[in-house]
Amino acid sequence: MRIFLSLFMMFGLILSSTAHAIKAGEPLEFKDADQEELYNKMLYELRCTVCQNESIAGSRAELANDLRANLYRMITEEGADQGQIKKFMVDRYGEFVLYRPTFSPANYLLWAGPFALLVLGVIILLINVRSRNKINNKSNLTAEEADLLAGYLDSKKEKE
Amino acid sequence: MNRHMIPLGVFAALLLLFWVGLGLNPNIIPSPLIGKEAPKFELPELHNQQETVSNEMLKGQVTVFNVFASWCISCRAEHHHLLDLQRKGVYLIGLNYKDERRHALGYLSQLGGDPYAKIAFDYKGDIGIEWGVYGTPETFVIDKKGIVRHKHTGPLYREVIENELLPLIRKLEQEV
Repeated sequence: MRIFLSLFMMFGLILSSTAHAIKAGEPLEFKDADQEELYNKMLYELRCTVCQNESIAGSRAELANDLRANLYRMITEEGADQGQIKKFMVDRYGEFVLYRPTFSPANYLLWAGPFALLVLGVIILLINVRSRNKINNKSNLTAEEADLLAGYLDSKKEKE
Repeated sequence: MNRHMIPLGVFAALLLLFWVGLGLNPNIIPSPLIGKEAPKFELPELHNQQETVSNEMLKGQVTVFNVFASWCISCRAEHHHLLDLQRKGVYLIGLNYKDERRHALGYLSQLGGDPYAKIAFDYKGDIGIEWGVYGTPETFVIDKKGIVRHKHTGPLYREVIENELLPLIRKLEQEV
């Protein structure tokens, strides 16, 4: 009975160690907390390329299972850091796998675009306001006319 | 007059942006492999387990590298096109992705034959990851030096073959 049990356990161990897919949310063992943290962080940084609006953290796609297993292997066996993991993924699937695009020349417009639009908007606003002020301040009255007007306004004030 | 042209100009620019942007297929991810050497691999052959298929076989001639699986519905749809390509003298290497051997063999005989010169059997799907496979079928065109020159994601159809694939293959065949 005991032999059976240990055999059974060994078999289970072999199965689990060669398992080539990790299901979403599957409990895993790590050497230390850093590795676990890195694994959990990367799960949310990487996009599942099959189901594009999901990270590989929650995706149930086959490919996501494989990518999770790959990530786990890279972290626990190869001791890969964040940069190495990202490079591995980008080399194969392109920058699209990263949920946060890098600040590279191809992405300058993406990152700076909104701010550039904001600056442009402020400039247009300033120009508009200034030109409007100019119109308001412009006076076509001669000195006599201005005096006449001022006198009229004063007399009106006295009446009140 | 000039002032009224500004909103019109902005509108035209937006129209152009949407025209181009909405015409793009968001499911197509450009492959980072284009222009690079084909990923290294070594796998057993599907028909003959003793034999190995490796990336070295992609060199020396223009190769169409096609990723397929028996569980992949759209692979079935493109299979007759692959047979057609073979008849036209195109050199095809297959990657049988995350499949069972017997299922794959059944698939080939069921669909009218095997168009591939060799088929690499990627049971675990590791090599699929190396190639950035995310939606079978996927088709790569590789030049004589083993450089990936083109990728088509999804099933092949006549327009793609006649307008993109075959002209590219003919062009690459002229290269030394």
